[in-house]
Amino acid sequence: MARNEVSKIDPTQITPEHVYLNRRNFIRAGLFAGTAVATGLTYKFFNPQPVQQTTPTTEIAKIETPTVLSKVGEPNSFEDITNYNNFYEFSTDKRAVAQKAKKLVTRPWTVEVGGLVQKPKTFDIDEILKFPQEERVYRFRCVEAWSMVIPWVGFPLKSLLDQVEPLGTAKYVAFETRYDKSAMQSSFSAGIDFPYVEGLRLDEAYHPLAILATGLYGKQMPNQNGAPVRLIVPWKYGFKSIKSIVKITLTDSEPPTTWNLAGPSEYGFYSNVNPQVDHPRWSQATERRIGELSMRDTLMFNGYSDEVAHLYEGMDLKKYF
Amino acid sequence: MNDVRFYKLLISANALIPLALLLTDGLNGRLGANPIEFFLRTTGVLTLTFLLITLAVTPLRKIFGWNSLIKYRRMLGLFAFFYGCLHLVTYSIFDKSLGFSAIVADVIQRPFIAIGMIAFTILVPLAITSTNGMVKRLGGKNWARLHKLTYVAAILGVIHFWMIVKSDIFYPALFGAVLAASFLIRLVWTKKPAVQRAVN
Repeated sequence: MARNEVSKIDPTQITPEHVYLNRRNFIRAGLFAGTAVATGLTYKFFNPQPVQQTTPTTEIAKIETPTVLSKVGEPNSFEDITNYNNFYEFSTDKRAVAQKAKKLVTRPWTVEVGGLVQKPKTFDIDEILKFPQEERVYRFRCVEAWSMVIPWVGFPLKSLLDQVEPLGTAKYVAFETRYDKSAMQSSFSAGIDFPYVEGLRLDEAYHPLAILATGLYGKQMPNQNGAPVRLIVPWKYGFKSIKSIVKITLTDSEPPTTWNLAGPSEYGFYSNVNPQVDHPRWSQATERRIGELSMRDTLMFNGYSDEVAHLYEGMDLKKYF
Repeated sequence: MNDVRFYKLLISANALIPLALLLTDGLNGRLGANPIEFFLRTTGVLTLTFLLITLAVTPLRKIFGWNSLIKYRRMLGLFAFFYGCLHLVTYSIFDKSLGFSAIVADVIQRPFIAIGMIAFTILVPLAITSTNGMVKRLGGKNWARLHKLTYVAAILGVIHFWMIVKSDIFYPALFGAVLAASFLIRLVWTKKPAVQRAVN
């Protein structure tokens, strides 16, 4: 029956084989190109190429003689330091923060310092920049097991605290990051609560290594690194070094801290860099220095044992992690 | 070239495009400050993506009657295995410097590593038995039963992903939702086989 039907077709109506094959090849080539482009675009959509941000920054006018700290190694490049950031208010993708943090408005900016102090004071950022600035080349160890060496510019936190005269009852210092909902993403999508809060014991805050950083590489702090002023406590995991500070409060009890609230069993109040105490989900024994391919050993207190170990004498660091 | 061969070529080419882009970006220093971490994460996500695509074949056949997709399913599964190998090799070389005892210690101490390793181990026999010869040797029924382990691998893969995320669970949740949807479609559609055949 089929044969009969076929034979009824006028032979001139039958597509010649070479045309048929050509058409088929044409369609195939189109399919190939079309799907390849679609696949490529899908990949690029989910893995957008971060635009290397050449952050426009102003040089900090007067920097005191750099404090040379031994054996920290070669600093990472300005590009790496300013394009690989954890700043969950903007994005949980470290490569995307630089672009998104452009929205952060850093002038005018004030830091309110109060709580258990004799002379509470709200500092304008320009006053903060007038503290004698010095360069501090520190190791920076993230809790995610990567690290950098960063030439910060800043001044001891103690200098600022001295001006407000903490009361004898003050035992802790609490910090708060600015939370600007119009420029930052929601707490829901980041998975942690905002505003971001952190804290130190008073003796930690007074330690000469603890600084308020106002810049890096001799330039004013790029937004993505926590402009205009942030804390740096180099012997603790990076998340303790709170960014873009608007409030500092002296308290008599241990203040709440963001990551501890998000995961009390994973992030303690102290969060000192400690290769012997692992994060419950991953090891802290080694780290990847940005720019290196293999892992290197993590040092106790991030290599600042000589300077800070006495602060924790007699404490069980497995318990107070 | 017949259609099946053409489509196999088409799928292979597309499956390798992410790797090609990843390598090009890598060689040009465009993976960011931590290229190893990026490569590790991306190969992991690609493994899970291909597992989910493999598991999407049955729902697509059921809903749209695209029965010929079955011809390409084993191949899709093999690409999941391929990216899984890259993921594991990257971890072994760069995170563990090929230290066997360090890897074993990691598996014992880190539940998320253990789960990932189990998921990968499951994929190994599935990859080995993916040839026509092996299908014949095992017999269709046994083969199909064995390859149901793909579900287990995918579930473990999503858990593995979920466990490593610090707080932003969007992507693991998305993979979990897609996987759940594919299971749900299977369940719902088997209840109405008659209707389904009519569509075909």
